[in-house]
Amino acid sequence: MSEALGTTETTRDTKTTRNTETVRKYLPGRDALTIYSLLVVVIVASATIPRFASPVTVGFLLLDVIPILMLAMPMALVIISGEIDLSVASTAGLTSAIMGVLYAAGWDIWTVLGICVIVGIVAGAVNGFLITTLGLPSLAVTIGTLALFRGLALVVIGDNAVANFPPGLTKFFTSKIGATGIPTVMIGVLVIIVFFAVLLHFTPFGRGLFALGYSTEAATFVGIRVGHAKFWLFVGTGVVASLVGIYWTLRYSSARSDNATGIELTVIAAVLLGGVSIFGGKGALPGVIAGVLLIGTLNYGLRLAKIPDVALNIVTGSLLVLSVVAPSVFSWAKERARRRRLRSHDPRPRASATTSTTTTSA
Amino acid sequence: MTLSTKPNPAGAGAPARSGAAATDRNASAFSTFVRAREIPVASALVVLVVITAVINSQFLNPQGVKDLLLNATILIIMAAGQSLVIITRNVDLSVGSVLGLVAFGTGSLFNAFPNIPIVVVFLIGMVFGAVLGGINGLLVTAAKVPALVITLGTLYIFRGVLNAWAGGTQYFAGDRPVSFSDLSTETVIGFPIITLIAVFVVVAVAIFMHAVRSGRDLYAIGSDPDAALLFGIPVSRRVLYAFVANGVLTGLAGVLYASRFNSVGATTGDGLELNVVAAAVVGGVAIAGGSGTVYGAAIGALLLTTITSALTAVRVDKFWQQAIVGLLILASIIVDRVASIRRARKLRVSEARDV
Repeated sequence: MSEALGTTETTRDTKTTRNTETVRKYLPGRDALTIYSLLVVVIVASATIPRFASPVTVGFLLLDVIPILMLAMPMALVIISGEIDLSVASTAGLTSAIMGVLYAAGWDIWTVLGICVIVGIVAGAVNGFLITTLGLPSLAVTIGTLALFRGLALVVIGDNAVANFPPGLTKFFTSKIGATGIPTVMIGVLVIIVFFAVLLHFTPFGRGLFALGYSTEAATFVGIRVGHAKFWLFVGTGVVASLVGIYWTLRYSSARSDNATGIELTVIAAVLLGGVSIFGGKGALPGVIAGVLLIGTLNYGLRLAKIPDVALNIVTGSLLVLSVVAPSVFSWAKERARRRRLRSHDPRPRASATTSTTTTSA
Repeated sequence: MTLSTKPNPAGAGAPARSGAAATDRNASAFSTFVRAREIPVASALVVLVVITAVINSQFLNPQGVKDLLLNATILIIMAAGQSLVIITRNVDLSVGSVLGLVAFGTGSLFNAFPNIPIVVVFLIGMVFGAVLGGINGLLVTAAKVPALVITLGTLYIFRGVLNAWAGGTQYFAGDRPVSFSDLSTETVIGFPIITLIAVFVVVAVAIFMHAVRSGRDLYAIGSDPDAALLFGIPVSRRVLYAFVANGVLTGLAGVLYASRFNSVGATTGDGLELNVVAAAVVGGVAIAGGSGTVYGAAIGALLLTTITSALTAVRVDKFWQQAIVGLLILASIIVDRVASIRRARKLRVSEARDV
């Protein structure tokens, strides 16, 4: 958006080309900024924290970050289309609970896993139906299903825990690829990332989501099937949430009703940090991945540096607030720079207009 | 997040057009009933209490009623505050953390100054809450970012600050003066004192929202922020004050929490925000802003806490409680949606007649 604005201005006004470029050099795109911050954090952490730069770190960091990374993919698409889904962590918890109960009842593990994915589809479809068919606000609906799905998880499994999953399977979920320290399940996670990246950036459906988030009415007139697109997005978050539930259960080898509680907040923080606009219509997946890894690395590094867990909340929260306040500050600074440029280069008829705006702003 | 202004989904429009005159009276009676959202919620509450009392006669003995009211008090005050914010088309998710900070602050105040007057503690708690609410309000109005995101961030930050401050420390009721704890045990004509405080707060805020100019402005802002701005309402300032007022009420709830419950520590109030928002939504405060009442939110809070007690009283598995809360939230937003569709259709019909 802002880049497009920048280029038209450059072509229109050759005199200010240099000016614009300086501005753009100091105010890079939001996702680039997140990627730079990630690099800085990794370099600083490797230099200052002993034993940070090692395959063990890579392994544990990725194992910790995988649930957030998986959920951030469909969540980015949902937020780009102008909606939000707060129920993902509860869906994962419900999946985990059902998985535990069915397995404990002696069902075949593969049948159980299949049912888990169906649970995800149904949970997503419930959200999608309420939001698209009934036209309810997604924030309210998913606050409701957040409570409902977590509540159903409690109904299903109570305060029991099921732990005796097949050892081969649980071992697979914590295994690493050779000596690289990269968890084997990362292959599956990569498939999910590639799927959503291609869907968002290389298909008409994905381009439609940007239009949708920017203006629902315009998207409707262009011929995008708004309800249809949104419905399938919520089914998508439901399915990925159920996969996260399965991962969580097998990684910690424990099915409980409170598995994955509260991670929806971290997921949303990571997505926004990655440069996706909460207003919809803007964002890209590379930035989102960097956002997830930034939060994960910061948390892991701070823990390794023996900074108590309590600081982590503050870091996540401040990053979230910063990531949404920063664009406002940027656009304010850009606007100011543009005004100053106009004033110095084009004193003729604008003079009165500029003075009037300065007086109102002052 | 964005409410679509598109006319309703298929099916809803079809039956009314045939035989409009006959169904008109019925429809209007129904929509008045649904529009006054407090009435169905209050009826649900009455039905719930009656059924529970029939099944378990112990439910309505004096001690049972007192417990019921005590459990609801803190949620009622917080729901009243939250409704102010939601009516302006914002939301404050950080209230659980704010309550925790104020409650722990109250505990440490009594610990540091055992003889501090109770009134001073209340004042400090409310000012503390106001400051925290003001931080939210400033961030929301200055950055022009949805309150959902900002308060999600401050939920983390305030909780982190509380964690750092409290560590493993907990303050117990024994550290606090007896007269302070008495607020939640002494009763006046059957009502616990802190419940009377809650009722007073709800009535005061309700009068403000109903009769005072700046209270009415909050509805205008929530219905259409741009129109409110054009109309000359100082939108940013009003929204900021709504957040500050919510902070004051949450601060009050925090002090009362320290009076009501035995221990306050790092996890106090964790996850409470969901119940508060749920109470307001169930009580008919539309999440999209612009409609709802403070006493509706209060009745919603009473309904939610009564369900918990009722489930225990009739020996239903306690695990059902959260699922029922979820269903209640969904049911109430669906009812709101149906009511607004009916209202819109009625407006269209009456406009068409006038032309």
